[in-house]
Amino acid sequence: MKLLSLQRRMARAVMTPLTPSERMRSVAPDGRSMRAVASEIIKPNDRLTSFERLEIYNRQYWFRILSGFAEDFPGLRSVLGGSKFDRMAKAYLTDCPSQSFTLRNLGACLEAWLSKNSHWAGTRQQLALDMVRLEWADIQAFDGAAQPPLKPEDLTGANPAKLRLRLQPYIQLLDLRYPVDDLLLEVRKVEEDTDFASNAFSEKHHRKRVSAVARLKTEPIFLAVHRMDDSVYFRRLQAEEFAILRGLRGGKPLNSAVESALKKSSIPPEERPADVQHWFQTWSALGWFCRINGDGSERSSSAESSRGWKVTKNGQRSKSNSAAL
Amino acid sequence: MPANRFNNFTDYGIGIGLRATHYSHILTRKPVVDWFEIISENFMIDGGRPLSILDQILEQYKVVQHGVSMYFGSAERPNREHLRRLKALVKRTNTPWLSDHLCWGSVDGRYTHDLLPMPYTFEAARITAQKVREVRDYLEVPVVVENVSSYAEFHISEMTEWEFLNEVVERADCGILLDVNNIYVSSKNHNFDPFTYVNSVPAERVAQIHIAGHSKYRKYILDTHDHPVIDPVWKLYSRAIERIGHTATLLEWDDRIPSFDEVHDEALKANRFLASASLATAV
Repeated sequence: MKLLSLQRRMARAVMTPLTPSERMRSVAPDGRSMRAVASEIIKPNDRLTSFERLEIYNRQYWFRILSGFAEDFPGLRSVLGGSKFDRMAKAYLTDCPSQSFTLRNLGACLEAWLSKNSHWAGTRQQLALDMVRLEWADIQAFDGAAQPPLKPEDLTGANPAKLRLRLQPYIQLLDLRYPVDDLLLEVRKVEEDTDFASNAFSEKHHRKRVSAVARLKTEPIFLAVHRMDDSVYFRRLQAEEFAILRGLRGGKPLNSAVESALKKSSIPPEERPADVQHWFQTWSALGWFCRINGDGSERSSSAESSRGWKVTKNGQRSKSNSAAL
Repeated sequence: MPANRFNNFTDYGIGIGLRATHYSHILTRKPVVDWFEIISENFMIDGGRPLSILDQILEQYKVVQHGVSMYFGSAERPNREHLRRLKALVKRTNTPWLSDHLCWGSVDGRYTHDLLPMPYTFEAARITAQKVREVRDYLEVPVVVENVSSYAEFHISEMTEWEFLNEVVERADCGILLDVNNIYVSSKNHNFDPFTYVNSVPAERVAQIHIAGHSKYRKYILDTHDHPVIDPVWKLYSRAIERIGHTATLLEWDDRIPSFDEVHDEALKANRFLASASLATAV
């Protein structure tokens, strides 16, 4: 048997979902006996059968990726409930196994997958999708690239009709329907506070809060997930602010981004210049713009949310709160 | 032979793994530590807190990179994005050498995030060695391979694990990160004498040694890095040092991590063996 063939066979077995009692299945995905599959490639020893030796790797695989995935999506867990989340996670990771060298990207396809597999969230589909988008944005903002910030002198002589301001790559812009930012912060707080209390308490608390949020009438919520001093923050935006920022990110020149954002605005025309000036001052103070060349072209290519992750030996990942420093 | 071409002619002492739970202690108390080993993948990112902390650590300490997902033994070609990010990190840390495991873990672009055991075949040795050479040539830094703990052996194997290790490092002309805890764990799981393994390793290629704790189950031992080093592993370490000489040594503690001082004290126990190696060299 060639190396590639052996690795394909073993990986298929290792990535086969476990039974409900977290043991290796007796039947392989192709319908063959898993005992036969194991015996063909793995030697038994005086204590373990081929099946049992393969099972060690099968269980380690699922324990590792499920735990990494759960650490990344505590908000979604609270929306779906613990047991449904666990079943959903197994289904997702079976359909979308990791295609990255880092566990950080385990949730990269979750939004698209959950959109197609709406039965997991049922009547809470929109709430679940909002939460997934927020939690994925949080991951992206946490370790996304930062470019040198824009300085006032960088804008000297710039023509607003041609000037293209560039947003920091780590900033994530979200248009949501539910206040999942508040919900996620609560979930994290309760889990931190109940570190040594019972899981039942936090589950019960989350269930009540999620039910209350799910009953809310949906309304547009615009959010920037950004970073300051290496901590991730959620910042609510007005619709016009959001539209300007999205326009800039999409490559619109400054004038055009502002004009199109204000076209359907309910802000009285006389108040708009002051508002726009205030928004730009705030964004600049937060370091949201990257430096640009003199001709206006790109030079290169609140409540706090804290998160962190580390890969340990053997690929295991565990969360480390930014409170560590 | 403390310094050799596989560890870039450095003479590092006893290090510990850099772990998030100790960041605050390290940056505020600035303890004296010979060097830190980082898990490369934790820092192969574009920005944010992990890189800020790494930069602060680099200002004060020597750092060596250790990877967990290069998968030298996977039949597929190296992932270009992985290599690109790894090279950027190598430039940032100026690591004198870089280690990853003699194992596989991905196939057809899908990752298990595990250190899966190799079949000990000549074909696998050839493919693995070729990949080690490719990675080293791209990164332009000495690459050393670490023996892993394993829980399974394959029918198609044509040699022992230590013969396979020797075959790979000779073909790749690379160094070895000798993990004596992994040798111990595998020796119990596969019924071989761990001293035979240690005695068979080409001493002149060993760039670094790992020590760690593990968990014992009824029918097998699992490499969990969540306990102090046990005496039989210290004995293996002693034998390794006797053969190899004073070698950069690192304690791995990855789960249920105790205080910084406790981890460091455990690592410093290696000093008594290193001291006797130094004495022997002097005599």
